[in-house]
Amino acid sequence: MDDSPILVVTGLEAGVADEDLDILKGVDLAIGPGEIHAIMGPNGSGKSTLAKLIAGHPGYEATGGSVEFDGEDLLDMEPDERAQAGVFMAFQYPVEIPGVSIANFLRTALQSRLEDGEELDLFDFQELLMERMELLDMDVAFAQRPVNDGFSGGEKKRNEILQMAVLKPALALMDETDSGLDIDALQIVARGVNTLREEDPAMSVLLITHYQRILNHITPDVVHVMVGGKIVESGGPEVALELEASGYEEYRKAHAA
Amino acid sequence: MPSNEVIQGLGLDDYKFGFVTDSEPVFKTRPGLDAEVVRQISARKDEPDWMLKRRLKALRIYDAKPMPKWGGDLSELEETLSRTYFYSKPQEQMERSWDDVPENIKQTFERLGIPEAERKILAGVGAQYDSEMVYHSLKEEWESKGVIFDSIEDGLKNHPEMFRKHFGTVIPAADNKFAALNSAVWSGGSFVYIPPGVHLETPLQAYFRVNQERLGQFERTLIIAGEGSRAHYIEGCTAPVYSTDSFHSGVIEIIVNRDARFRYTTIQNWSNNMYNLVTQRALVQQGAHMEWLDGNLGSKLTMKYPSCYLMGEGAHGEILSIAYAGDGQHQDTGGKVIHVAPRTTSSIVSKSISKGTGRSSYRGLCKVYDGATHARSNVECDALLINETSRTDTFPYIEIDEKTATVGHEATVSKVGDEQLFYLMSRGMDETEAMALIVRGFIEPIAKELPLEYAVELNRLIELEMEGSVG
Repeated sequence: MDDSPILVVTGLEAGVADEDLDILKGVDLAIGPGEIHAIMGPNGSGKSTLAKLIAGHPGYEATGGSVEFDGEDLLDMEPDERAQAGVFMAFQYPVEIPGVSIANFLRTALQSRLEDGEELDLFDFQELLMERMELLDMDVAFAQRPVNDGFSGGEKKRNEILQMAVLKPALALMDETDSGLDIDALQIVARGVNTLREEDPAMSVLLITHYQRILNHITPDVVHVMVGGKIVESGGPEVALELEASGYEEYRKAHAA
Repeated sequence: MPSNEVIQGLGLDDYKFGFVTDSEPVFKTRPGLDAEVVRQISARKDEPDWMLKRRLKALRIYDAKPMPKWGGDLSELEETLSRTYFYSKPQEQMERSWDDVPENIKQTFERLGIPEAERKILAGVGAQYDSEMVYHSLKEEWESKGVIFDSIEDGLKNHPEMFRKHFGTVIPAADNKFAALNSAVWSGGSFVYIPPGVHLETPLQAYFRVNQERLGQFERTLIIAGEGSRAHYIEGCTAPVYSTDSFHSGVIEIIVNRDARFRYTTIQNWSNNMYNLVTQRALVQQGAHMEWLDGNLGSKLTMKYPSCYLMGEGAHGEILSIAYAGDGQHQDTGGKVIHVAPRTTSSIVSKSISKGTGRSSYRGLCKVYDGATHARSNVECDALLINETSRTDTFPYIEIDEKTATVGHEATVSKVGDEQLFYLMSRGMDETEAMALIVRGFIEPIAKELPLEYAVELNRLIELEMEGSVG
């Protein structure tokens, strides 16, 4: 297997689009195939901005540095092109699409990956969807509900995981997927990610989180601490545990100094 | 069916069915309107004297009534009408067999996919070409059940007593200026009678098309649903593109007798120079159900408010409507429910989409008369704006004279947001696909009520309209 990193972020500087506000101030990050990286940091540290920038959110703009995915310049691509190249972001706040069933939504997403003139076979799709839902231990009736419309927090996360399972990304960005989740919902997310990794050990994960607790369920290979728009420390899972004990204050002081 | 390549080859705002067939009408009146034109129409149709008198009286009412000052912009209409041919008769004979239909008319139908529809389900297509029914066949099953599905002219000829008893009773000429106009010059449309207790599984379908430049189309439909009967009538229209303004003003009268259930479905897709001013109303008797399902696409200006007059105890009226306003178009649509009797119930669900400089208005009336005890009504109108330049307004009129009535009204306006688009694009859809999916989801509550072929057609039209609407 080729071990060269799938995602390489170099000296990335970025802010809110059309505003003179720097959020990322030189971020360097490399994620290898099959690796799980966690980025932890206090509110406003820029960790969520990093995820959105990689996914192509129109509200953020890179002002310096580069992001390479599988050897390609990601910043040059539209969000849909990035998705088709294998990037997936599980949203912190998934958006409601009233009147569109999850099944219909996923079918459209898969259809959009085909060449012009190629039609997704409906029976193949149905089979894939059933198989994916079975893998995640989900009730098939779930796929008939309109996307996120009237969903509980846990159901929205479950939907994100199902989408990830169907779209099979090479890189999954988890943007504070654990915020505001009770322990049951947290476990749904963790179990989903772990199951998909077991199935495809080459899938890389970038987990953005404020809290250490999700790392009890998904074991990271590398933990980064981000403060003030920069990664200030990187290490093994022990970094997260130290953070849990001492908090971000120490890093803030060090960064400010 | 026109192939997808042909459709996609058209520019964004080109009208899908915008072709003109070369057909010479056998007879048409001169442009403009006066008593002489009305007499000619009536004489051509070989009408009884009472109908001519009705027409002439309606013309006087039309002349006396001022142009409405509310709704859409009608300032250029007067000029348009002076150039309009009010009557055109393409053929002398009614056609029943497909083989007898002239070739150029057939071509038009073929390009609209009519023969296919015919082969599929409908032995009973009533298709209106210009002002007259040229092609009209009726399923044997219906005939054996005593169902009448005729052109309005044949209805008058063959069932004079029933016709005279009901014609103009739901929408009198004096109702509004355009009802008066239609009553003076009506031509074409359907006459439908469902005997008591008869249930029709297959919908009655009429498909028609305006195909004569400056030809005003004044279709008139009269439907009588007998006690305890059940039926569904579907009307779809599409018109070619013209350089000058065209005009369509129909009147649809429906009587839903005791315990009957009737649904009337219209999908209208007029070319964008058309004035479309339609009056449609149902009288709903005791325990009966009436449903209007109304889709309005295209036209320059549409003013249309299907209404249910709930006359008998426990009567129920439902109005579901979708309006799509593209660049330069104004859809002024909605519904009216009038509660006259106790325990009557009604519901209006109205959805509009405005794109580019398109404008949609919801205009609705809920009136509950004193004595309509425990009447219940619910109105929901939702507007979706695609661009910053799109516009929507809501004009809900509510008049309640009964203390025990319950009336609810809910209105929402949503914009297709960046977050929504980004969410879909982050799953791999491009902007156009994402936009079309959002719009499809928005109209889903109404589209799911349509027969499959119409729902597919509607989705296809919306997709075509969405192309190039972003970026």
